[in-house]
Amino acid sequence: MSSLIIKNGCLFDPLNGIDGEVKDIFIRDGRVVTDLSGTQRRGAQVIDAAKKTVMPGGVDSHSHVAGAKVNAGRLMRPEDHIRTVRARTAITHGGSGYTIPSVYKQGYDYAGMGYTTVFEAAMPPLEARHTHEEMGATPVLDMGAYMVLGNNWFVMRYLKDGDIDRTAAYIAWMMRTHKAYGIKCVNPAGVENWGWAKNVNSLDEPNIHFDITPREVIRGLAEANELLGLPMSLHLHTNNLGHPGNWEITRESLKITAGLAPSSRAQVPWAETRLDSRRQQTVYLAHAQFCSFGGTSWRDFQSGAQGVIDYVNSAEHVVIDNGAVPFGPATAMTGDGPAIHDLYMLSGQKWSNTDVELECGSGVIPFVYAKSSPISSIQWAMGLELLLRIKDPWKTIMTTDHPNGGVFTEYPQVMTWLMSRKARDQTASECHKWAYDRSSLGEVDREMDLFEMAVLTRANPARTIGISFRKGHLGAGADGDVTIYDIDPSTLDPAHHQNLASALARPYCTIKDGAVIARRGEVLAVPEGRRFYCQPFSDQEEEKEMLSDLKEWFKYYTVGFANYPVPDKYLKRPAPIAVNRPLEALARRR
Amino acid sequence: MMFRNLVCPVCGASCDDIQVEMTAEGIVAKNACKMGNAKFQELASPHRIRQPLICQGGEMLPSGWEEALDRAADILASSSRPLIFIGSETSCEAMEVGLHLGEYLGGVVDSNSTVCHGPTAMGIQEAGRVGATAGQSKNRADLTVYWGSNPLESMPRHMSRYAVYPRGYWTRRGRFDRTVITVDPRRSLTAENSDLHIQLNPNTDFELLSALLALLHGQQPHPSAEEVTGVAIRQMEEMLELMKGCNYGVIYAGLGMASSYGKHRNAEMAFHLVQELNNHTKFVIGALRGHCNVAGFNQVASYLYGYPFGLDFSRGYPRYNPGEFTAVDLLRERDVDAALVVCADLVSHFPADCASYLGEIPMICIDIASCPTTMLSDVVLPGVIDAMECDGTFYRLDDVPIYFQPFTASPFPFTASNQHTLQQLMERVRGRKEAGS
Ligand code: SF4
Ligand SMILES: [Zn+2]
Repeated sequence: MSSLIIKNGCLFDPLNGIDGEVKDIFIRDGRVVTDLSGTQRRGAQVIDAAKKTVMPGGVDSHSHVAGAKVNAGRLMRPEDHIRTVRARTAITHGGSGYTIPSVYKQGYDYAGMGYTTVFEAAMPPLEARHTHEEMGATPVLDMGAYMVLGNNWFVMRYLKDGDIDRTAAYIAWMMRTHKAYGIKCVNPAGVENWGWAKNVNSLDEPNIHFDITPREVIRGLAEANELLGLPMSLHLHTNNLGHPGNWEITRESLKITAGLAPSSRAQVPWAETRLDSRRQQTVYLAHAQFCSFGGTSWRDFQSGAQGVIDYVNSAEHVVIDNGAVPFGPATAMTGDGPAIHDLYMLSGQKWSNTDVELECGSGVIPFVYAKSSPISSIQWAMGLELLLRIKDPWKTIMTTDHPNGGVFTEYPQVMTWLMSRKARDQTASECHKWAYDRSSLGEVDREMDLFEMAVLTRANPARTIGISFRKGHLGAGADGDVTIYDIDPSTLDPAHHQNLASALARPYCTIKDGAVIARRGEVLAVPEGRRFYCQPFSDQEEEKEMLSDLKEWFKYYTVGFANYPVPDKYLKRPAPIAVNRPLEALARRR
Repeated sequence: MMFRNLVCPVCGASCDDIQVEMTAEGIVAKNACKMGNAKFQELASPHRIRQPLICQGGEMLPSGWEEALDRAADILASSSRPLIFIGSETSCEAMEVGLHLGEYLGGVVDSNSTVCHGPTAMGIQEAGRVGATAGQSKNRADLTVYWGSNPLESMPRHMSRYAVYPRGYWTRRGRFDRTVITVDPRRSLTAENSDLHIQLNPNTDFELLSALLALLHGQQPHPSAEEVTGVAIRQMEEMLELMKGCNYGVIYAGLGMASSYGKHRNAEMAFHLVQELNNHTKFVIGALRGHCNVAGFNQVASYLYGYPFGLDFSRGYPRYNPGEFTAVDLLRERDVDAALVVCADLVSHFPADCASYLGEIPMICIDIASCPTTMLSDVVLPGVIDAMECDGTFYRLDDVPIYFQPFTASPFPFTASNQHTLQQLMERVRGRKEAGS
């Protein structure tokens, strides 16, 4: 059995309250342990991390990396693949693609950058088999996927009847059936209207036929989420995404789950942490930057982040990821079909769309964020503004909503802007002046430190989605996933931001389950990643009634009930999480 | 014994409601159409290849499995640029191994879409595609347009399962709630059963689509459009009014669009027309993909390597350039020196000079029944019938993945599936390469 000692590194482990202390880390059989015996020490591999920064392995809680819409992007964009290639090596496959890399390249790029865990943010149930096939083909990464439910016919029908129990029973069955990790709600009530080329525009506008409002869907899904005790809270993509002035509907949407008690009841052993590693929030807002637009049109467009920032600062039940815009090529892809149609109307770019029967939709369109563009420049500023001006780092997560705001390989650059005022000023001087004129970024002096970076890229994504029982920290029992950066915290000068960005981009090494898998970007080992998903229990009587209704309505699908599930064999290394003990579920029902 | 919820492995409809009964008299397949049923009967067909064959002195002779695999591995390992062609009647799982093999050998991997809906895929690369899963048409569509497609003959259950006859949520009266338009130079069976038949001149799809787009934008098409397409402007207007006026319209594009003059430009224009129609009403378009899992190769190749078909690995990373790295062109240019053909009868379906070049180079074939391609091969490995004898994944015409399970097992002790055969071949090739290097 293998042992690993990481010696003398400067450790940043926020969930254990460790802020740069020099500490040794011991890993035995893939898990962090407090110490090793004498014999184990003698047989251990030792990595000298003196004058280096040590963090838990990176955790991406929101990225679009596997499934039908990601692949629709790959298929429609050969121009994205032709210039960015990766040749095969003795242990790795070749690949191609910049904003939408093929799965092998994607896995290696994440690993080379110090990330070991990535969650796909939108899995349509009917196409869940596709998402699982792609995750199954992705090397190295531990992964899971959130199931899209905000426009699902069954959810809308049950919630219209005010029946949270039945909604929860349906969701529990769906998560087990499709091996999903969490609940994603995209443009609630609006995507169903997109089935008729329409949308909804306010929280209280009922949609066509199902006659349900976005507010009812958000509240209902959040309640069902807590009733089931899922590890992650509801993950929300708000209405009116990408429309000037949408910050207001975003704030109002966040208010909907206030007062709801977070209740995660995953039946798992929890690795030790000094801080409470259970989630505190009842809503996790996706890509806040796209939801915080100000102004009333593209002409008077400005950052509307202030309203969202103020609300999040005052609320205890919200976590956001930012969806940063690092400039450059992107591919917009979302379950929000009408939002992508809006982009098509603006840009006239090639546009793909797939609506999914009874469930959801999606759209894909290429996009370039140019420094010369006033709108792109403001969006760049907003992505950073949100993270820097929400005071408590435990309310924020850093993402680019890959590949919507930008590509995940730009994370080091985004981190650098957060850590260096000088880096921000330099970019602001290169891009359109509206970046500082129409946002508050220019007034922000805050420079995040390595501890805060570890919160935003490790501890908090893990805690927010409830995978912190084993990821996002290095307490005893946690997975032995570690990133060691060539950064000496005692001499770190954020003014030298180019050095910082390249050190973050190519860590000294990435360790997964106690084994070195990459060094300075080069992939050295390709283990099979785990597949996390939840198996929530729900009341059996309720489930039986729900299933008879579901089977009756299955005639509207084009796939038979028997062929609907994701078979076990699609998961090579499954890691199911039991949620909600039967007794608890029953007690709550009474 | 009765087996239910089986998947038919014949066309892109991937019907998943087949019931099979194995009786003393033979196989009874319920719910399958004529085409599907014929395939289920092949299980007991006298044409079935039941053992490996090796060509010796111009004659195909039965051989042992090990011997045949060795010979196949020799051919691939000594080739400097093999073509691996994976037909559509096999699983995504087998396709994945085929792609790995092609990458490992620095060869070229292509599939059926190169000769069927390849132009449609290229059209998507130009314009994008606004589509939906088939259930959206079933539940919502009150207008169905078959453009260059004849489902009654090529995908017999398309109309009844997905597009015209089913009683969907907003289409409770089935056919009575829908209008059907067929665009086809021929008076096909589908055209006869439509409400409107637009009988354009052959090879004028691009012109007709452009004229419709001009009309949609409020412009008058050039008067020559009538003569070129053979369709009166008044009739185009009638068609467009139906399209703009419906609540939910869908175009199912067939090979008539993809393989007539203009090729991918036709598809591109159709995609633009549909995109613009969405400013008036809901409109989507999909390809009527004739072969079983032809969509699957596009999906698997795209997510593994980044391109939908015609992938060249000679530089160690994937490259794509239809017309250069596509099977027909490589064979015509005599640019490959060996071929592995899985579940496809290239010799019958490719142009004559390509077929004859296949006769000149060493060829390995995996197939279930003898055909001209197996006859020209140096090694023939018996194929296993997906969805009958092994499980796996197909992608349906609308890119919905369907998991299929078998109702019987592979008849061969030496392989469980085409995926398994390819894995064994891969191992052997690897052994040779590693020993040689
Ligand atoms: S329509 Fe196609 S898939 Fe369905 S039964 Fe007929 S041949 Fe098989
Ligand atoms: Zn997203």
